[in-house]
Amino acid sequence: MDPVVHLSNAVAVLGQFPVLAGVNLTVNRGEIVLLQGPNGAGKTSLLRLCAGLLPLARGEAVLLGCDLRTQREAVRSRVGLLGHANGLYADLTVAENVRFWGATVGASKPEVQAALQRMGLAQRLSDVAVSRLSAGQKRRTALACLIARRAELWLLDEPHAGLDAAARDELDATLRDAAAAGATIIVASHELERAGALATRVVEVVGGQIRTPNGEVA
Amino acid sequence: MATPDIETPATAAGTRAGTGTVFTRFIGLATIVGMVALGVFGLLLSPADVQQSDSVRILYIHVGTVWVAYVAFAFTALASAAYLWKRTTSLAWDRFAGASAEIGVLFMALTLLAGSLWGRLSWGKFWVWDARVTSTAFMFVTYVGYLAVRGLGGSHHQRARRSAVVALLAVLEIPLVHFSVKLWRGLHQDSSVADRTNVNLHGLMLFSLFISVIAFTLLYVWLMMHRQRVLAMQDAIDNTGLDYALQQRRDEGDL
Amino acid sequence: MFRVARLIAAKDLRVEMRSRVVTNQVLPFAAIVMVMFAFALNSDAVVSRVAPGLVWLATLFSLLILVQRSFAIENADGATDALRAAGVDPSGIFLGKAMALAVQLAVLELVLLVSAVVLYSTELRVGGLVLLLVTFVAATVGLALVGTLYGGLAGGVRGRETLLPLLLLPVVAPVLIGATRATESALGTGGATVADGWPWVGLLAVFVALFSVGGTLAFGPLIEE
Repeated sequence: MDPVVHLSNAVAVLGQFPVLAGVNLTVNRGEIVLLQGPNGAGKTSLLRLCAGLLPLARGEAVLLGCDLRTQREAVRSRVGLLGHANGLYADLTVAENVRFWGATVGASKPEVQAALQRMGLAQRLSDVAVSRLSAGQKRRTALACLIARRAELWLLDEPHAGLDAAARDELDATLRDAAAAGATIIVASHELERAGALATRVVEVVGGQIRTPNGEVA
Repeated sequence: MATPDIETPATAAGTRAGTGTVFTRFIGLATIVGMVALGVFGLLLSPADVQQSDSVRILYIHVGTVWVAYVAFAFTALASAAYLWKRTTSLAWDRFAGASAEIGVLFMALTLLAGSLWGRLSWGKFWVWDARVTSTAFMFVTYVGYLAVRGLGGSHHQRARRSAVVALLAVLEIPLVHFSVKLWRGLHQDSSVADRTNVNLHGLMLFSLFISVIAFTLLYVWLMMHRQRVLAMQDAIDNTGLDYALQQRRDEGDL
Repeated sequence: MFRVARLIAAKDLRVEMRSRVVTNQVLPFAAIVMVMFAFALNSDAVVSRVAPGLVWLATLFSLLILVQRSFAIENADGATDALRAAGVDPSGIFLGKAMALAVQLAVLELVLLVSAVVLYSTELRVGGLVLLLVTFVAATVGLALVGTLYGGLAGGVRGRETLLPLLLLPVVAPVLIGATRATESALGTGGATVADGWPWVGLLAVFVALFSVGGTLAFGPLIEE
C-alpha cells in the first residue's frame, strides 16, 4: 500500500529562514505519529508543509499519492490541518460551523450530523455560538469540521494545549477512534507521556530535520 | 506550484562583483553625451517660444520623463505577463518588472513636478483637471501602490506572483480611469491641454524634444540594467544564505 | 465555483446577522459622515447640488470599513488559512464574499440615499427611478468586486490593512465618477436629464464586466501565500 505521507529531503523556507532543513518521513495509513522536539524545531512547519500551506523549496513530497508540487489542490482538499487557530467563525453556532466546512466538500446533512455526533456535539452544544464555548469544546468543534470535511490525513498542532484532563482524555479517545476509522494522524505535541501513549510511533524533530532515537539524521 | 522557490545564485546574478559591464558603461557614456546635448540644445540653441517664452524649455524635461514613465510602466506590465505566462522561467522577469516600476514612479514624479511648474507659468495654475493630466496622476498613485505590494514580504516567487497580478490589474484600471475622467471632463466646456498647448514648434525645438526622448530613454536603459542587477544580487544574497542557513539549522540540535 | 460562492455568501451574511457589526457600527458611521459633509460645506444650496457626489463619497469611505470587516471575519481565528488549506476554490471565495459585500453595500446605500433626502432635501423623481435603480445596482456590484479583490490582497497579509485605501481608492475612481453623474441625472440635480445618465451606466457596466472576470482570475494568486 502506498504511504500516506512520503517526504524525502524536504526543505521549506519561511522568508529566508529554512524552517525545514531536509526532512525524510514516511507515514502509513492508520498510523498516529507523534512529532516531538523543542520549540522552533520545525514541527508546525512540517504540518503546514503537509497541509500544502508552505511551499516546498527543495526535495520531494508525495501525500495521499499526489505530488505536492504539481497537485497541491488535490492534496489540500483531502488533508485537514488543525493549527493553533481553530478556523471557526465565532459568531456562528457549532452546527453552522460544521455544516459550513462540510459543505466545502459537499458533505450531506447526515454526514454533518454524524460528525457532530462523533464529537459529542449533537445535542446540547449544537446551537451554541462558538464564541461561548470553552477551549476544549472549540477544539472538538474544529475536529468535527475535519470529519465533516472528510479529511483523510489529520495534522494536529498541539491539540492538547489549553485543555483540562477530562478534555484531553476525550480528545485522545477521539483520535484513536478516527485512526481506527481509517484516518492517518500526525500530532505535534509537548505532552510526551500523554501523546506518547496515544501514538503508534514517535518522531523527534530537531533543527528542521527528523532524528532517529539514537540521534542520527533520518 | 511547479517551481522550486529557490533559484541557484549563479542564475540570479552570475559571478559578477559589480553591476557594470562594458555595455552599461557604453550606455552610460551615451546618456551623458545625450544629456549634455539636451542641455545645449534645450537651453542655448533652441529659441524661446513666441507665446510661452523661456518656460517652454521645461518641456524638454517633461516630454522625456513622461515618455520614460510610460515606457517603464508598459514594460512592467509586459514583464509581469511574461512572468505569469511561463512560471517555470526564472525570477528575472519579476525583477525587470520591479526595476522598471521603480524607475517609472521616479520619472512620473518628475513629470508631474515639471508639468505643474510649466502649467503655473503657462496657465497660471499648477494643476488642471484635464483627462490626461488626471489619469497620469492616478497612474502614479497606482504604481506607488504596486511598489508597496512588492514590499509585502514572503518568498521570492510569492512576491513575484502577487505583484505580477497587481501589475496586470493596473492595466485594466488605467484605461478605465482615463476614459472615465475624459467623459467627466467632456461635460464641461474646457478644452483639453492638448488643444490649448499651441506651441509653435520651431525646427530646433522639435529637435530638442527628440534629443530629450533619446537621452532619457538611454538613462532609463542604463538605470534598468543596474537596478535589475542590484535586485538580482539582493535575491542572490538571500539564496546563497540558504545553504549556510540550512547547515546552521541542522546543527541546532547538536548544540 | 458558484456552489462555493453561495456557501461563502450565506456564511458571511449569517455572521453579520448574528454579530450586527455592520448594522450597528457602519451604518451610523455613514450617516454621521453625511451630517459632517453638511457642516463642512455650510450651504443648503451647495449641499443639495452636490448631494449625489456626497452619497457616493460616503459609500466609498464605508466600503473601506466593510471590506476590512469582511476579511477580519476570516482572519480572526485563522479561517483564511483553513479555507486555503481545505482547497476551497478561490474564485468561489471571491464571488461569495463579493456577493455578501454587495448586499451589505446595498443596505448602506439605501440608508445614505434616505439620509440625503432627509438632510439635503434631495428629491427623487419618478422618471429617473429606473436609472437610479440600475445605477445603484451596477455601482454596488462594481464596488463589491474590487473591494473584495483588493481586500483579499491587503487582508491576507496580517498587519498590512493600511494598504487597502492606497490600492482601492484609485481603482474605484471610475465608479465614483460614473455613479455620481448617473445619480445626478436620475435626480435631475443641476438640471441634468435622465437621458444624460445612461452613458454613465454604460461605464459602470464595463467596470463590472472587467473586474468580475479579472477578479475571479486574480483572487487566487493574491490570497495565496
